[in-house]
Amino acid sequence: MNTTLKVIRYSFFDLLRSRWLIIYTLFFLSITGGLLYFGEDANQAVLSVLNLVLLVIPLVSLVLGLSYYYYTRDFVELMLTQPLSRRNVFLGQYLGIALPLAGAFILGTGIPFLIFSFRNQVDITVILSLIVAGTMISLVCSSLAFWIGLANEERVRGLGIALGVWLALTVVYDGLLLLFIILMQQYPIDQTLIGLSMLNPIDLSRILVLLQLDTAALMGYTGAVFRKFLGSGLGLVMSGVALVVWVLVPLALAQKTFLRKDF
Amino acid sequence: MVIVERVKKRFGKLEVLKGIQATFDAGKITAIVGPNASGKTTLMKSILGLVLPDGGQVTIDGHNVKDAQTRNMIGYMPQKAQFPDNLCIQELLRWIEDLRGQKSPTLNTLSTHFELNPHLQKPLRTLSGGTRQKVSAVLALMFNPKVLLFDEPTAGLDPLSSSRLKDTILEQKAQGKTILLTSHVMSELEELADEVLFLLDGSIIFRGTLEEIREQSGEVKLERAIAKLMQVSV
Repeated sequence: MNTTLKVIRYSFFDLLRSRWLIIYTLFFLSITGGLLYFGEDANQAVLSVLNLVLLVIPLVSLVLGLSYYYYTRDFVELMLTQPLSRRNVFLGQYLGIALPLAGAFILGTGIPFLIFSFRNQVDITVILSLIVAGTMISLVCSSLAFWIGLANEERVRGLGIALGVWLALTVVYDGLLLLFIILMQQYPIDQTLIGLSMLNPIDLSRILVLLQLDTAALMGYTGAVFRKFLGSGLGLVMSGVALVVWVLVPLALAQKTFLRKDF
Repeated sequence: MVIVERVKKRFGKLEVLKGIQATFDAGKITAIVGPNASGKTTLMKSILGLVLPDGGQVTIDGHNVKDAQTRNMIGYMPQKAQFPDNLCIQELLRWIEDLRGQKSPTLNTLSTHFELNPHLQKPLRTLSGGTRQKVSAVLALMFNPKVLLFDEPTAGLDPLSSSRLKDTILEQKAQGKTILLTSHVMSELEELADEVLFLLDGSIIFRGTLEEIREQSGEVKLERAIAKLMQVSV
């Protein structure tokens, strides 16, 4: 078996042992299950889960991703004394946390929607877009967490930066965007807004889901602009590509740091 | 044979290794000595590839240590052993075997020799410092590597385990291994080292046998001889 896969397998069993992964899965299971059971409307449930996804997944992925990086630091050192390439160890470590995080979300929301779909009419593209968005946020925030960890050996500082990034992506960004819109209301800024939304993976994920729903205009200005200017198809492709870039860029930077790091 | 060629390393403003040039032959134990922060651990970690030199290179039998496969030839026992806390000893050893894709030919012998058998099922976080050192020794030796690096190997070991480890090191030497060790324990150097490499501020200031150190310093006791070398150099 490939070294990367072995490292992923090890991380996975180690995470299962620490139980928080199971708690994280149960959290999504109970929330999604509850919303579907009491609301009996799949699209409404998607909207409610989306709000949760946009706040909780970045926080959990950043904090747990970073804690996991610090927790396994000694073990990474041990692995690097073995005949294993740094690239394989790095990828194994990253995927070892990012995949279980994404998997917990996919299972936690996917299973209730799947069960619900047996007896009710559902729009599968809407549900899929939610699952893709949550998965992408998990991957983006895990790669940000690894990058933050590699650049900051001091745990408290790293955690502070991670929380700062979370606040910036989820709260500060929206506030600044609103301010920008108010200040520039005399000018045609719709195109600029599309560009600005690319700067925030959380906003991109929101757009990805909202483009599938009729409520785009109700759930954030950028979503409405995306729909108006790009239409659902192109908007979907653009936000999807931008999200992939958001996974790969921090990951490439983290890998660069890891390959040059002294242990 | 380990060849260290003009290895330089700088951490920020601090120049830790200043163009180290040395060859370490098979079947010999070389002790790297020097005051604290003289670059001993950095030199060992550069040979291992954990620290990446800014200049120069390290080769083992002609293979650059930058190549991950070269580490097949190296066993390393760090100064302070750190392991994943959730695992027990047995799981850790099996996991390392799994990662390397090979079974250790000597695992049972080693774990009996270092009296680890009663602890195999215990989580690593519950082990004493000495037991962790023994696990670390087993990890270094379990794949029968050609080159062995011991960074203060007997620190924290009880006298019995310490002498067992020293016996093992001598056995490994007899088998023709290239062995490097750092130590502050003079009796250990007298017992083990064929020659001493003296590092100060990232440069080699002396290399020779214990006899040569004594001759050069004019002191009979090794500790005094080394202390004198340090003072003269400073």
